[in-house]
Amino acid sequence: MKQAFLNYYDITPVTTWIHETLCSVMPEGLAIFLESLAVGVIVLLMYAILAIILIYMERKVCAAFQCRIGPNRVGGKGGLLQVPADVIKILTKEIIHLKRADQLLYALAPFLVILASILTFSCLPWNNGAEILHMNIGILFVLAASSIGILGILLAGWSSNSKYTMIGAVRSGAMLISYELSIGITVLTMVMLSGTMDIQQIVYNQADGWNIFKGHIPAILAFVIYLIAGNAEANRGPFDLAEAEQELTAGYHTEYSGIHFGFFYLAEYLNLFITSGIAATLFLGGWMPLHIPGLDGFNAVMDYIPGIVWFLGKTFFVVFLLMWIKWTFPRLRIDQVLTLEWKYLMPLSLIVLVIMTACVVFGLVF
Amino acid sequence: MFLRFLIVVILTAVILVIAAMIIAEFIGPRSFNKQKGEPYECGIPTRGKSWVQFKAGYYLFAILFLMFDIETVFLFPWAAVVKDIGIYAFTSVSFFLVVLILGLAYAWKKGALEWK
Repeated sequence: MKQAFLNYYDITPVTTWIHETLCSVMPEGLAIFLESLAVGVIVLLMYAILAIILIYMERKVCAAFQCRIGPNRVGGKGGLLQVPADVIKILTKEIIHLKRADQLLYALAPFLVILASILTFSCLPWNNGAEILHMNIGILFVLAASSIGILGILLAGWSSNSKYTMIGAVRSGAMLISYELSIGITVLTMVMLSGTMDIQQIVYNQADGWNIFKGHIPAILAFVIYLIAGNAEANRGPFDLAEAEQELTAGYHTEYSGIHFGFFYLAEYLNLFITSGIAATLFLGGWMPLHIPGLDGFNAVMDYIPGIVWFLGKTFFVVFLLMWIKWTFPRLRIDQVLTLEWKYLMPLSLIVLVIMTACVVFGLVF
Repeated sequence: MFLRFLIVVILTAVILVIAAMIIAEFIGPRSFNKQKGEPYECGIPTRGKSWVQFKAGYYLFAILFLMFDIETVFLFPWAAVVKDIGIYAFTSVSFFLVVLILGLAYAWKKGALEWK
């Protein structure tokens, strides 16, 4: 039954068929070029559409937590066109050229931030066979690529030559690199449980139960640590002290105007989605439907729901959790943030690592 | 296959940024003012430089991060095979983990984790 499912929703035959059809009507080089173009356009469209959905969702969720209605004028009753209108508005804003900035680094910073987020974005497993960058060390690549974003933030703050951006960037840098350790160690526990670093393979291995059920107590602890650290990695929630409005106006992107600021905003929301997507993949089974060993009829019914629905459902569930945290807790101070990471999360994640090793070695996982 | 898509994705990111910048340059309004190029510090003229020596506490955490991050990277290949190797994997890496935890304890004891 498991095998039947894996063949049923695999989209590899579709991509192979497209490739063969294209090759039969034109030279192979042109076919490959067209496919690459299509991949680029798809990535760009997904990236833009998801950003619009996430910003709309954030505004509605925030409004619900603060007992407001949220956007409700532009585009019908729900305010559905509010965010596209904002995108057009931000494109038409004037771009201010700074006199005393380090021009090269100032221009380079948005590239690095967007590059990091698109690279990690294209590693997400959307469905069986639907992963743009597929490699056998996928999860390590995600960790490495997401670090480029930190460089972008530091450059943005430093090159603007303003005191607010400088403080914002240094705070952000210290926080992001600290919380990357907890993320690395919790990802390590899941790699241990799955026995591979290949993202698709990690999802396949969850066919007989998601990792959070398979790994029971250490996996649940790792999931909680990952959510806290991931929230900090996405520069959000109670950890948004890098852009604390009351003290630093807007933190590291104070000096960026118009669409240049838009890039940082875009990357921030996509990083939220990527963090949630990786959490869904590692802990909640990615595109794998809910399978309960023993209940074959139930499992077969679940298999009829396509993988992409499962993936997006789980990811948006985690996104909602992170938004809930953001609009519930007050902002932390820099010393509290670093104390939380180094004195609580870091020792706890090391303990979880040891427990998980013991569980895997002695066969105490399901 | 992977390398091709990697290049495609990197180009996509670069083209997205460049295209949006060019569109914004063309359709955005433009006005000139002597004060505009100054750094924004809530209206008060800037005093002194912004590229100054900074609090050392931040760099201390960066050094600690370097130590632990490299050790995490060392653990990744081990984590991928721990299921197959079994109890030998546990005992051999235990020493490594003990050193790692002792390192954190030492930094804690020395007061490197305090915010001063």
